[in-house]
Amino acid sequence: MIARWFHRKGWSDLVIGLPYVWLLIFFLIPFLIVVGMSFATRTSTAPPFGFGGENPLVNLAGYARLFSDTLYIRAFVTSLVNAAGAMVLCLLIGYPMALGLTRVDRGWRNILLMLVILPFWTSFLLRVYAWMGLMGSNSWFNKLLTAGWNILVPQAWAVANVPLMHSNFAVVLVMVYTYLPFMILPLYANLERLDPTLDEAAMDLGSRPFAVFRDVTLPQSIPGIIAGGMLVFIPAAGELVIPTLVGDSSAPMIGRVISDEFSSARDWPMASAVAVALLILMVGPMMIYARFDARAQARERQA
Amino acid sequence: MTEPLVRIEGVSKSFGSFQAVKNVSLQIEKGEIFSLLGGSGCGKTTLLRMLAGFEAPTQGRIFIDGVDMAAVPPWERPVHMMFQSYALFPHMTVEKNIGYGLKHDAMSNAGRQARVREMLELVQLTPFATRKPHQISGGQRQRVALARALARQPKLLLLDEPLAALDKKLREHTQFELMSIQERTGVTFIVVTHDQEEAMTLSDRIAVMDQGVVRQVGRPGAVYEFPNSKFVANFLGSINAFDAKVTAIGEQISVDVPALGQTVIARAVAGVSVGQSLTMALRPEKITIHRAPVEGANVLAGGVKDLAYFGKDSLYRVALPSGALVSVHAVNAARASDDERLADWDDKVWLSFDPASVLLLTD
Repeated sequence: MIARWFHRKGWSDLVIGLPYVWLLIFFLIPFLIVVGMSFATRTSTAPPFGFGGENPLVNLAGYARLFSDTLYIRAFVTSLVNAAGAMVLCLLIGYPMALGLTRVDRGWRNILLMLVILPFWTSFLLRVYAWMGLMGSNSWFNKLLTAGWNILVPQAWAVANVPLMHSNFAVVLVMVYTYLPFMILPLYANLERLDPTLDEAAMDLGSRPFAVFRDVTLPQSIPGIIAGGMLVFIPAAGELVIPTLVGDSSAPMIGRVISDEFSSARDWPMASAVAVALLILMVGPMMIYARFDARAQARERQA
Repeated sequence: MTEPLVRIEGVSKSFGSFQAVKNVSLQIEKGEIFSLLGGSGCGKTTLLRMLAGFEAPTQGRIFIDGVDMAAVPPWERPVHMMFQSYALFPHMTVEKNIGYGLKHDAMSNAGRQARVREMLELVQLTPFATRKPHQISGGQRQRVALARALARQPKLLLLDEPLAALDKKLREHTQFELMSIQERTGVTFIVVTHDQEEAMTLSDRIAVMDQGVVRQVGRPGAVYEFPNSKFVANFLGSINAFDAKVTAIGEQISVDVPALGQTVIARAVAGVSVGQSLTMALRPEKITIHRAPVEGANVLAGGVKDLAYFGKDSLYRVALPSGALVSVHAVNAARASDDERLADWDDKVWLSFDPASVLLLTD
């Protein structure tokens, strides 16, 4: 009786509808506000923008500046290059880890999976500060690297310390550290589902272990690679905290630019225009992923 | 004596404290269909995986074509396997699956394509060459797996429960197809199966396995008619088995069977002595059922307790005065309506059997 009442269509619609309501209220409406703001004109009022009246109803100056001011283009390029670098490194480090996880026995596997997730239990900010401490020119770590470098290279190349901090290298390093679990977990979920008898079949048909990996494991893990890649690339491209703390302030990433435009420059329309452009850049790859995922799921349903 | 294709010498395999295969020795000749028959957990699949190279024997040696396989990895063995799940590569087309092993062979692209086409024709899948495994039926997948395993012309093909995933109709058809393909290609087959009927129809020889041990090896007819143990007799077909004691040995052997309440005459066999306890066994189809008393030795009187009518034949369960039940399988050769059937429930019947049909099992 209760089950039937609960199974009535209204309830299932509600359950399905809830996330959409959530997205509507907390994503779409704020986003529309941002889009609206991006067409406004900067004023010295509070809030510092306005439409109509003495200002034009639609002001495209923000979007025009995106293309005319090289600051924005450079920031976009820096963001994409850093995010791509972090994604590739995460893949190179995370793939062997995920594959290794599927090959150890059950008991160990859960412990190792736990260790992958464990860093999340510490504050993200604290972990970035820890890296700052390690990379700073007076840290023991930096001194160790400096000493090593000075021993290995001719005297003429000797340095007082290794410049780790405030560079794109530091940003990529910390992003790889932070986002690695986002690469490992979807890859692991994908690799774990693969049928180990397929590996045996390939081996039986004459393939050495590397050929088995190349022909059987790798092609079947492409959905996992794409999922992990997106999960790293998208947040990394919009990352604000890491580049602010360890990055090169003369070559800011786009998140930093948006933040600066909003707060220090108080140019909300410009900040909004940059945010809209970033979103468009991110939605592209996300749509590719969604299409790929839908196709993979359709394939699985058929099988 | 010529070297057999496969020589298994005293092979054992343990997983931790569990001994899956115990001291198995077998010789398999070139061109044979050889079945490893047994229930689940009898070690037949472990033995097959050792032949393929996925498991290493704990003890003993395996020779294929005279070469010791101990140091040969799976990818270098002249052996291919058809997996129970077929293990087709889901991301490759039928064509690519079949051609997968060929890329390791030194042959031209044209040669490879010709071989794939040849295999597609052999299993009649040419129209499905560009489909993916999930786009074809179970029976077709089974044929792709077979073609893939045969493509590189292995000396030995291992088939792990080749027909288990197919429905009954398809299974019968595929059985004959497998036999005809084996005949045409001349490849030696080792088939692992738990289905005794499948083993009987497919194989030239059968090895019956139980708890890691090979109980009997022989041609299907020999293993069925002359089982060496109660286990084998029971595993292959059904059997009436009773405890018995040898009372006299002459031209024929007399055994006293308390459950039947009388002495049974059996054909003389070697290795029994007077006073020995053994099992007297009879196949249900070796017993003739009569509605009137018959004269001679080996006649039992009783009443029909159960009757199962299958159309072409019937199975009777006859209760003897001692309470023992004897199963009798009779072919319904004559056409009869319901009321003139050979025997009916509660009818008094007489059972007779030939001394040559009596099995005396010491194990």
